[in-house]
Amino acid sequence: MIGGIMTVTELLDKLPLRALCLPDPDRDVTGGYTGDLLSWVMGSAQPGQAWVTIMSNVNVVAVATLCDVSCVILAQGVTLEPEVLKTAESKLVNVLTSPLPAFELCLTVGELIR
Amino acid sequence: MTAPLRFHYDIDGENFTSAGEASVKVKKSLRQLGFPQEVIRRVAIAMYEGEINMVIHAEGGWAEVTVYPDRIEIVLCDRGPGIKDVELAMQAGYSTAPEQIRSLGFGAGMGLPNMKANSDTMVIDTKIGVGTTITMTVNVG
Repeated sequence: MIGGIMTVTELLDKLPLRALCLPDPDRDVTGGYTGDLLSWVMGSAQPGQAWVTIMSNVNVVAVATLCDVSCVILAQGVTLEPEVLKTAESKLVNVLTSPLPAFELCLTVGELIR
Repeated sequence: MTAPLRFHYDIDGENFTSAGEASVKVKKSLRQLGFPQEVIRRVAIAMYEGEINMVIHAEGGWAEVTVYPDRIEIVLCDRGPGIKDVELAMQAGYSTAPEQIRSLGFGAGMGLPNMKANSDTMVIDTKIGVGTTITMTVNVG
């Protein structure tokens, strides 16, 4: 069967993703949201969703914490500064990165969890 | 009768890196107090948007969160320039944030609308050249 809820670790195993920090690996991924404007993300992203973005500053960690997303997936090979990753680790925010552009990334994630 | 629990935070106006610290702390405290997830989420988002606004527009200020049994009250107070046209500022998409703020992912003109959407009451008290105080409540249950 294709689709269904999976954990962040399972997602990581099945897709071209690399973990930048994984403090909460067993978190269920319940869906997805994509966007770079943080207020839009806060207005729409739901707890448990994977958040796909290319935004890479420390505010991403704050928004991910407040929205309680299961992971942040950075598209197009974007990474976070070590300082920011340290913050993410301490706030239990999973951060992954992928070489894929956001659209393709969403498609592949969507195929897996739908 | 015991006094309601109150948290006070100073918001550093210089610093986008620490912006959000107060809301994350409030989120943690409310979780420890056992409030429902959805209430915590609304309080945290409403407060974070307020914090960001204070950093963008007002060089910081302070926030006070009071925990009542039936509601959470958030007061955000700054000595910034004030809001010229509140009705316009409340419109989704309207922003006066400078360009460099937008490159950080803010300034989409969704801050005040998000605060309104995530609170049950919101009162804006603003005076040009004096500052802005926003009082929001989020009902529990």
